[in-house]
Formats: sequence, structure tokens, C-alpha cells
Amino acid sequence: MTRTDADLWRELYRRMVRIRTFEDEAGRLASVGEIPGALHTAAGQEGEVVGACMALRRDDYMVGNHRSHGHPIAKGAALRPLMAELFGKRTGVCRGKGGSMHLADFSVGSLGETSIVGSGMPVAVGAALGAKLKGTDRVTLCFFGDGASNEGTFHESLNLAAIWRLPVIFLCENNGYGATTRASTVMAVANVADRAQAYAIPGSIVDGQDVVLVYEEVLAAAERARRGEGPALIEAKTYRYADHAVNLGPGFAIDRGEELARWRQRDPIALFKARMLEAAIAQTEVALIEAQVAAEVADAVEFARSSPFPSFEEAFEDVFVERLPLPESPSGCA
Amino acid sequence: MARKSFLEAIRDAQFEEMKRDPSVFMMGEDLATNLFGTTTGLAEAFGTERVRNTPISEAGFIGAAAGAAMVGMRPIVDVTIASFIYPAMDQLVSIVAKSRYLYGGQARLPLVLRLSLFYGNSTAAQHSDRPYPMLMAVPGLKIIVPSNALEVKGLLKSAVRDDDPVLCFEDAGLWSSRMEIPDEEEVLVPIGKAAVRREGRDVTVVALAASVSESLAAAAELAKEGVSVEVIDPRTLAPLDVETILRSVRKTGRLIAVDPAHRTCSAASEIAATVAERAFGALRAPVLRVTAPDTHVPFSPPLEARLFPNKARILEAVRTVIGFDPAASPRRAGA
Ligand SMILES: Cc1ncc(C[n+]2csc(CCOP(=O)(O)OP(=O)(O)O)c2C)c(N)n1
Ligand SMILES: [Mg+2]
Repeated sequence: MTRTDADLWRELYRRMVRIRTFEDEAGRLASVGEIPGALHTAAGQEGEVVGACMALRRDDYMVGNHRSHGHPIAKGAALRPLMAELFGKRTGVCRGKGGSMHLADFSVGSLGETSIVGSGMPVAVGAALGAKLKGTDRVTLCFFGDGASNEGTFHESLNLAAIWRLPVIFLCENNGYGATTRASTVMAVANVADRAQAYAIPGSIVDGQDVVLVYEEVLAAAERARRGEGPALIEAKTYRYADHAVNLGPGFAIDRGEELARWRQRDPIALFKARMLEAAIAQTEVALIEAQVAAEVADAVEFARSSPFPSFEEAFEDVFVERLPLPESPSGCA
Repeated sequence: MARKSFLEAIRDAQFEEMKRDPSVFMMGEDLATNLFGTTTGLAEAFGTERVRNTPISEAGFIGAAAGAAMVGMRPIVDVTIASFIYPAMDQLVSIVAKSRYLYGGQARLPLVLRLSLFYGNSTAAQHSDRPYPMLMAVPGLKIIVPSNALEVKGLLKSAVRDDDPVLCFEDAGLWSSRMEIPDEEEVLVPIGKAAVRREGRDVTVVALAASVSESLAAAAELAKEGVSVEVIDPRTLAPLDVETILRSVRKTGRLIAVDPAHRTCSAASEIAATVAERAFGALRAPVLRVTAPDTHVPFSPPLEARLFPNKARILEAVRTVIGFDPAASPRRAGA
């Protein structure tokens, strides 16, 4: 293993652990009511999230969905504003307006996570179009779920990107389910990647539990895209451990039997940790990363907790560039 | 009599209508899992041909509901959260609403879309819309906004039997509210008829969905101050029962329209405009709307909490119109 490989591996590991720790903590805080609203965690999917994002440059773009706390983290975003956003605080990355399902950190190219299924896909196409028209070699990474691939926007986005040869990588996070519905019961093809043929773009399947494989696959697609060779569809086979969401009610819990235990055997973080140790990265180094991450997440929670909520006037900010006038009582609001 | 929640009442309405009429069937995402409790036992009773799980393809299955309705079926589509209708807006507006008209009355579209109003619980702007006003502006769609468990059961059953498309907006704030519902006789509430929930002499409050109970609470408090409030629940927004509202305002001379939608072009706006046109001579004070302001619904709980109509805001509005002195109004003074 070369020096740069070792650095990359440490960073892949650090970001996966950072996401897991951040989300475990967020899930816990949501279940005790300290974080408001519904919260969708992606524990089990960190391999594909980090592998894909680390294959990009910081100035590349990215679009996510309702289950994308980890995606800006993988792209390099700071934890404090992300955690504060989950709390609905003024110091949040979206100033308390978006919350868990709508994180965005434009400073690292994260153009927003959007909670209407499939709605981010055309945005990714547009970002890639903009990057191309401006003459840059930036690429756009578009995360979407197996469920989203059944929306009309999937078809329209892939076709547009294909005919315009846009630098966009469609990364399907196939975790086997859309909410509580098994993907195989709502798709006639076995793989989302099979659909790439219909757009005459490359379609591939990658083991989402192997962070290095995902990294290599996305890196190759990004290089092609930067050379002007157009989009690709990559399907990462993965799994989420938790039910669809915290705080949406008991109806979302489903019995997945043995399946869950089987996937836990292939935990992306545990697998990669074993590989690092085998490749002679010292146990002490790995432990140090884990300790540093735990401290960072604890610091982010403390920051979020002690931050103020936005003032009521801020509810009228950012509808337009210019702040709206406040409504007059009794007609408008309390 | 049985004590049922709003969600159980929906489930019962669907069960009864599916049992009564084999052309009734259901479609929706995660239907089999019974996410919120409105499909308990339906797949077991009627099979998965009639209780159909769909992919996340709203334009597809809402358009398919229109097609199935045209050939004689009576689909009930569970859209779950109201904002998820947007990907299907073309099918809804261009096909569902217009086919009967375009084809000179040859088509009949007896379908029901069920959409929950999922505001007030920190799901932010994309999930919290109350989109009935924009759909009131589309001719050809009937719109119901039930205000309690009994109402939702009766209105939903009428909607299934109606030969036109009906959109049922279900306020999530009411989901767990319970009420006695007769089980010895059939519950049917007519579409297009408002209900007077409380009689009064001084002010008419027209309120819908979860705002009805807030208005009733305000009315009870005002009664102690000697102010007599009449509360009207329109129940159906399209077609609106204008006569019941006008009759009330002609008696009280004052109108407050309460609506959790955004202010501009709200249902409250339509009600206010209709009263201003048709009962101008009876008015003794300006018409007021108590609505959400024209901003998006923020995630942050303390911000969101202040946006929607509640008892305090309704009280404030009623006191304003009661205290209004026409002699002191600038126009009168200048005349
Ligand atoms: C248009 C729309 N329909 C339905 C929903 C409700 N919903 C939220 S997430 C989800 C499942 C999405 O599945 P998938 O795309 O596979 O993503 P995952 O949650 O598995 O990460 C559904 C049905 C929604 N948010 N938007
Ligand atoms: Mg999925």
C-alpha cells in the first residue's frame, strides 16, 4: 500500500465512522424528542455514500434525498451546522428552515436534499448542464433510491443527460425497500442498472458494502464524464438497518426476518476496518480516528443544543431575496 | 355506537364501500403495510387485486385511476401526504378534472383521492402544504375537508358514491381524535352541504378541518364574555354551500374566515369575497381572514407553531370585529 492509498483509506474510514456516529446520535435524539420531525437514517449504507462522494472533487456537485445526512458529511461538510439544522436552530446549515430531510451545504457542492421522491434528479441534470455550459470540468453526483427509479423524473432525467451527454453520475442507492415496500415487488427488472440500456448509457452494479469498489467505480465514471463522454448509471446494492424513519409512527416498522442479520454481517464499516488492519494500518491509528470522530459529534450536539432558535421574523426571510414584510395581526398570524 | 378515531373512521368507510360495491378498489404506496391505520384488514378482506400496492409513481397511478374510472371502476387512491400529488399534477388537472367536459359528457370519473394535510409537525416546506385552494381554482374537482371522525366517514362514503372526482383532504391534526360513531345505521354526509356547528348572533366564523375545533373553543370562551359566535363548517369547499354562509352573515353582520392554507387565494379568501359580493349590505365590520401567512412552512418548531390559525388568533379576530366601530372608520368620517 502506498502512502497516498493509506491516507485515502484513513479518510474513507473516518468519514464512514463520522456518518454512523452522527446518525446514531441524531436518531437517538429524535426518538427522545430533542430533534423534531421525521428522521431517516442510512446506517448500513455508509460504504456507497462515502465511496461515491470521496471519488469527487470538493468543487463537484451533489444532490441527495430525504435520507441524506451522510452525503454532505461524506463530501466534507462541517458537522456543527448540520447537527444544528436537525435541531431547527438558527446556526443550522439551512438556518433552521429545512431540517433533516433538506440538508444542503453549497460550500462543498451539496446542492440540496429534497424530500419529494425523485425531485432531485432533474436538478442534478441541470447542475451538470450548467457546469458544461460554463466550460468547467465539474461533474454532478445524483443520489436516488430504488423507489425513486419508478418516478417519471427518473426517465426524463436519464434521457436528458444522455442526449446532451452531460457530466452526471446517477448513483442508485438500492437498499431493497421504498419505505416498507420491497423493491422487487414494484419493478419488473431485477436491477435498476438494467434500465441504463434504454438510454444508451453505461449501467453497472457495484457492491455498496465495499467502499473501495464504489470509490473506484464512481471515480472511473467521473473521469469519463470530465472527458465529455456523458453520464453513467451506477447501482450500489446496499441495505439500511433501521426502519424507514424515526418519528413517523409505528406503521413503518416491518419484519425483515433473517435478512437484517445477514446484511449486518456485511457492515461496510466493520468490513473496511478489518481490511485496514490487514493492510497494516495500526490499530492505534484506527482507534484514534474513532475517538476523534466521537468527540467531533459530541461537540456538534453541544453546539446545536446551545444555539438559539431563529427569530419569528426569519420565517419571512428567503421566500425571496428581499425579506417579506411581516403580516399585521390579527389578519396574518400570531 | 362505537368510539373511533379519525383514521379508523376512514378505514371503516373504505371497508363498507368496498363491501357494498365490487367496482370500488384502492391504490397507493405501502397500502399493504397500513402505514397510518386506514387500511387495517382490507387486503385480507378483499385481496390484493382490489387493495393494490403501487410503486412510487404518482403520475402513473393517479392517471390510471382516471382510466379505470372511465371504464366503470371506482378507485380510491391513497396519496398519503398531500404534497405527493404534485408529481401527478398534469394527470389531475388535465385528465381527471377535464375529461368529462372535453369529451362532451361521455366520460364519468368517479374516483376519490385521499390526501393528508401534514402540517404542524416539523416536516418542513415540501411536506406541509395545504394545497386545496389551488385545486379549488380547477373546475371539475370536488373537494371535501372533514373536521372530525364522524364527518370523514360520512363524507368519504358519499365521495365514493359520487360520480365525479372527489379530493378528500384529511387534517393530520385530527388523526387521533376520537368520537362516537353509530354502527347500527349507515353514516352518510352529503357533499356540498355546510353544517352549522354552533349557533350564534354576533359573529359568523367559517372554519374548516382542524380549525373547526379551534373555532368552537374560541366561541365557548367568547360566550362567557357575552359574545355569541356562530360557527359554520363548510365541509365541502367545491362546490361551496354559499347559501348557508350567507344566511348566517345576514343574521350576524360579521364574518371571520379561518383556514390553515396560505392567505393569498385561500379558501378563506373565496368565502370572504363571496360574502362581500352577496351580503355587503348586511356587514357591520370588515371581513377578516385568519390563515397561514404567505411564507413557506419552516422546519424550526417555534417558527412553525405560530403560523397556523389557533384559538388565540380566532379570539383576537372576533374581538377586533366586535370592537369595530363603523362611525369611527375613516371612510365614514370623511363622508
Ligand atoms: C413523490 C413522493 N411520494 C411519496 C413519498 C413518501 N416517501 C418518502 S421516502 C419514500 C420511499 C423512498 O424509497 P427510495 O427511493 O428507495 O429511498 P429510501 O428511502 O429507500 O432511501 C416514500 C414513498 C415522497 N416523499 N414523495
Ligand atoms: Mg430504497
